[in-house]
Amino acid sequence: MKTWIAFWSIVQKDMQVYYLKPPNISWGIIFPIAWTGMFFIKSGSGLDSIRMLLPGVMAISILFGTTSLLSVTVTFEKKNRSFDRLLLAPIPLELLMLAKTGGAIFFGIANAFVPVILASFFTNLSNVNWAIVFLATLFIAIASTFLGLFIAVTVSEVFEAQTFSNFFRFPMIFLCGLFFPIASLPVILRPLSFILPLTYGVDILKGEINQLNILPLGINYLILIVFCFLLFLASLRSIKKKWIL
Amino acid sequence: MTNQAAILAIHQSNYDEYIIQVKHLTKKFTDVIAVANISFEVKTGELFGFLGPNGAGKTTTINMLTGLARPDTGVIQIGGLDCSKNPQIAQHLIGVVPDESNLYPELTGFDNLCFCAALYGMRKDERQERARELLKTFRLEEAANRKFGGYSKGMKRKLTIAAGIIHCPPILFLDEPTSGIDVASARQIRQLIADLHQKGTTIFLTTHYIEEAERLCERIAFITQGQIVKIDTITNLLQPIQGKNVLLISLTNLNENLCNSLTNNFSSMKFQANKLGQIRVESISPIILGPLVRFIEDQGCEVLEASRQRPSLEDVFVQVTGIELDAMKKEKEKAGANL
Repeated sequence: MKTWIAFWSIVQKDMQVYYLKPPNISWGIIFPIAWTGMFFIKSGSGLDSIRMLLPGVMAISILFGTTSLLSVTVTFEKKNRSFDRLLLAPIPLELLMLAKTGGAIFFGIANAFVPVILASFFTNLSNVNWAIVFLATLFIAIASTFLGLFIAVTVSEVFEAQTFSNFFRFPMIFLCGLFFPIASLPVILRPLSFILPLTYGVDILKGEINQLNILPLGINYLILIVFCFLLFLASLRSIKKKWIL
Repeated sequence: MTNQAAILAIHQSNYDEYIIQVKHLTKKFTDVIAVANISFEVKTGELFGFLGPNGAGKTTTINMLTGLARPDTGVIQIGGLDCSKNPQIAQHLIGVVPDESNLYPELTGFDNLCFCAALYGMRKDERQERARELLKTFRLEEAANRKFGGYSKGMKRKLTIAAGIIHCPPILFLDEPTSGIDVASARQIRQLIADLHQKGTTIFLTTHYIEEAERLCERIAFITQGQIVKIDTITNLLQPIQGKNVLLISLTNLNENLCNSLTNNFSSMKFQANKLGQIRVESISPIILGPLVRFIEDQGCEVLEASRQRPSLEDVFVQVTGIELDAMKKEKEKAGANL
């Protein structure tokens, strides 16, 4: 019970201090609109393209929302040593890091549904199974957040967190099938797509929204969950090695 | 706190006398040995000072004791629990006030305390009551609803100490609690530390302010270059210099040869010049000023002032560590002398 009080307090504090700040809320709205608008104009195929663009915009919103904020906030707290306060609390490290990432996961999911709400005004989404979409969104958010955590543990300065995040994020936009099918990538790049967790999340969203998946649903979920575990374990290992000297 | 009391009772038999036991503790950072094979004990309810210059290994030792660093070798027991392999095992027993005020700048003073209380599993009503109580004790009630980022250095320090004791820990680690703050705040913090000790909290205090350690602590360990060079009670540490007479003479035109000439002519006394243009005179027998002043003036120097000094822990520190008073003073000035 006491551990859960600590867990929820960390989540609530992060929501209050970081994620529910007006600049971050407005960023969470403007970012998906900008991406949707950009690809909408680029495709030139009218309102029909909105549904096609939706999985990619959802995934990119989660990816940027989670990795940006988590890597920066954790690096910032480590830098000003307020993170030491958390490490000194009698909470298991695993639960502490889950609490620390909880706010970012929630923020990522909220970001993903901004384009969904916008799209619902222009296209019919009534035949979509939202439970499947929500689960995919959840696992993409978890995997992206843990990627952000891994980045935060690897770097020591706040600006490094941003630049190192981009090292992963920008290639993922092109390699994970967000806006261009993996089949259209050069053959030499295709294997890279399948070592990135976002590929599997986007495939679930594409399958459910556009019936364009390349892998079965169960396989996609399974691989995504394995990625979540591996990234979390890698981050924990790194924290123990680098932060508890 | 009933839970704390229960925890204490469980381990009471193991640490009736010593609540902290450290044996052969060593920590290296690549090529640098930060802490080299140190051993010491802290008695239950004691105010223990850990004294040394910057970079002596004080913070590394605190980090190992509190679970923020893993020792390379050695044994740490806190409250009867072996923390050597699992550094986090005794974290419920300790409160830590780091050398930097590391609360959340975006939260108010009250919210910061409530958040820290929640980290120790305190219920909402319980943590709010405790936060109000501490804000009152630390005279921060008026600033309770202001953001921590807008606090003065002294206020930040006080709130950081309050956060360290929010869960009423039986052991408190204080790392440089008065470093870099104004005189009034430093004095208030020292009083708060004394009050906490009075109430039975075991306090592990690291500082490079010798006078602060002398005023507050019961026992002191001197640490330099990662090694404990002396550990004893204040009374025992002062014993060898208790009968000494010390005089500080301020003069003009102080030159290197003057100390040698003085030593040759006044063999029963010990002379030491410092960079402030002063000579420190030590003697077992009472120092007669007249012949000394006349000799100095014959050497072409003018005596501006002569004052009798009380032998202090600073003298013991210099004697034991070989670190010059000037070096310590510079450190004090750097940190914003507040004593």
